[in-house]
Amino acid sequence: MSFVKMSSSAIAMLALSATTLSARDQVSIAGSSTVLPYASIVAEAFGENTDFPTPVVESGGSSAGLKRFCEGVGENTIDIANSSRKIKASEVEICAQAGVTDIIEVRIGYDGIVFASQIDGPAFTAFEPIDIYKALGANQVVDGQIVGNTSSTWSDVNPDLPNAEIAAFIPGTKHGTREVFEDKVLLAGCEEAGALDVFLANAEGATDKDKHNAAEKQCIAVRTDGKSVDIDGDYTETLASINANPNGIGVFGLAFYENNTDVLKTATVSGIEANTDTIASGEYPVSRPLYFYMKKAHLAVIPGLQLFADFFISDDLAGPDGPLAEYGLVSDPELAATQEAVSTGQTLK
Amino acid sequence: MTQTSLFTADARTTKRNRAEKRFKAYGLTAISIGVFMLVYLLYTILSSGLGAFFQTRVTMDIPLVQEEIIKAEKGLLKTKAYKKIIANALYAELAEAGIETTMKEKELLGIISGRAPAELRSFVQENPDQIGTTVEFKLLAGSFIDGYMKGRVVRENAERSKNYSIAQLDLVDQMQKAGILKKGFNLAFITGNDASESSPEAAGFGPAILGSLAMMIVVAGCAVTLGVAASIFLEEFAPQNRFTDIIEVNISNLAAVPSIVFGILGLSVFINYLGPISGDDWIKNNSAFVGGMVLTLMTLPTVIIATRASLKAVPPSIRDAALGLGASKLQTVFHHVLPLAAPGILTGSIIGLAQALGESAPLLLIGLVLAQGASAPDSIAEFFAGPNTAMPAQIYQWSTRADPAFYERAWGGIIILLVFLLTMNILAVILRRRFERRW
Repeated sequence: MSFVKMSSSAIAMLALSATTLSARDQVSIAGSSTVLPYASIVAEAFGENTDFPTPVVESGGSSAGLKRFCEGVGENTIDIANSSRKIKASEVEICAQAGVTDIIEVRIGYDGIVFASQIDGPAFTAFEPIDIYKALGANQVVDGQIVGNTSSTWSDVNPDLPNAEIAAFIPGTKHGTREVFEDKVLLAGCEEAGALDVFLANAEGATDKDKHNAAEKQCIAVRTDGKSVDIDGDYTETLASINANPNGIGVFGLAFYENNTDVLKTATVSGIEANTDTIASGEYPVSRPLYFYMKKAHLAVIPGLQLFADFFISDDLAGPDGPLAEYGLVSDPELAATQEAVSTGQTLK
Repeated sequence: MTQTSLFTADARTTKRNRAEKRFKAYGLTAISIGVFMLVYLLYTILSSGLGAFFQTRVTMDIPLVQEEIIKAEKGLLKTKAYKKIIANALYAELAEAGIETTMKEKELLGIISGRAPAELRSFVQENPDQIGTTVEFKLLAGSFIDGYMKGRVVRENAERSKNYSIAQLDLVDQMQKAGILKKGFNLAFITGNDASESSPEAAGFGPAILGSLAMMIVVAGCAVTLGVAASIFLEEFAPQNRFTDIIEVNISNLAAVPSIVFGILGLSVFINYLGPISGDDWIKNNSAFVGGMVLTLMTLPTVIIATRASLKAVPPSIRDAALGLGASKLQTVFHHVLPLAAPGILTGSIIGLAQALGESAPLLLIGLVLAQGASAPDSIAEFFAGPNTAMPAQIYQWSTRADPAFYERAWGGIIILLVFLLTMNILAVILRRRFERRW
């Protein structure tokens, strides 16, 4: 009997305490796992330095974050979506349909993508985009004919590379990193190999544009015979795969590599070593800008949101000597222009 | 007929005896493999995780000068100015201890945690009366220095890493000898807030423990009441017919449904459907209340099955005697059957709770995995509905971060989680031992 009393009083207690929460007073952020560390460093500093509570940061990937961002306007939606790629026109449209019209785009800096392998594994020290395309692309051109990819070792692809089994761990399609990998490595390598022209000549489509798209799609298709593995999780998962396979090559963000230099080594791409200088100058070919997107409609409603945005891109944080650069972000040479745009609330057209 | 003696075993007996011996050996092997795995698991957990309970700190006297603090409070990034105060104090401390260094300020500050300036600032804000005096602080050391003290970071890698240098490690050795730098018990790991990716040394498990507690209160309140009520009705009052049979089969099936399914159910029913309809602040993403409801769905079958089993175990003679003396059906159940079944019900409920406590899959779907931002709540409403996380979710979150120091934190979190689970299971055993009656 006392048991029944006890549990019913617990329920009653719950019902009594069910008073409503006051309006949300925390900035709410979700999105790219590449931007996540920076966002959480800024969130922490924001909590330390202002009277506002520490913003809530969630992960999930650029596309997932933007999807949540475009769910609508209101207190129960997120204020900021982190993204490791630019928002797509189709996403802007979906946003607009849900009433999210005034979107502020903020570029926080750049990130490099590195090809890393076990520190005492085979000597993967230099790659060209064409090597990667020939090793991982699903469609290859041999003597003018389109064939599947049959190479099984890196030396098959390029005699200068080690005679090691091809085993690549690349980011899955929900990651923004994947798009950069496709654009700047696979597509570039495909063009260099002359395969793009062959695909274009054989492409089907009503217009030139359709043909071009079809050919590019063939270029960026990745082989599915197990030599290339999509990693949908975080970089730690890629690292675990590399640890388990001495021949493994993984695609990482520069910041992640810099935190794990004791177990990983990187390869140069087109002869350029990845570091903050080569990325800032644009020499290193595989880099991409990092963004966050903010709802203008929330600026007046969520306390601290404007200050948070200003804070994020302030010289003290996102500048070359700030904590973000220390963690691995390559700071944007045009930071001043971004600061100006954010303080005036410039939106996407 | 051959001559047989009871003392010499014939061929068939030896064969049967051998079969028995073999079977015993199989059993023993199976048990030893299990025990070995358990010991190995515990060894891994303890050896990887105990480090999280100890943290390196640097003891130093910091003079709190009024002008410096007023100046520091004027900037946007106030902690940057506090960093400078710490650097100056550290130089003075080193000079006092007779350690000579030519290290630049930036490299020197690499020894101290990035969170130290915030620690200093919040002390100043909370104790304005201390301004003008010199206060002794025990500031956190940076994660790589802490790793060096724990043996995770070795000198050989210093050249390749941009996070620490040989000069820093040399200085740390000297500081340790002088007693400025010490490793000590780290209560902040259990009570403190989570920290960002750049300062694993400051990360704590506190919000995760509170979040799990909030969920357990909801689960205990809802699953136990609903479960016990449902079982009493099914066991004592419901007629035996096709309909109740179907319910019974479904409850047993429900107990075997994978937890991720309950997560998807919770997402679509609570957050996407009920949330907008009710407009209630409690029903939304990252709310421990919704987490508790989802876990309730998951725990309910376990509670019902355990409760029905213990109700069944009460002998019919008790019911007959009560009914015979003129008690009503309701009186029989609540005055006699239920008290006798209570220990079994409690045990079942506690085991159900323990199961819910360790669950992470459904929580991933309803946003109870925060990367940053969960902090100690300041009201009951925030306790249940504020941005929350749970113990297993926090462990998962830590294991995905770049800095290897978080790996140790994740194992430390596992130790805390296991302590909770063990306590609950021991409680269940004690309750069963003390109160259970055999008939």
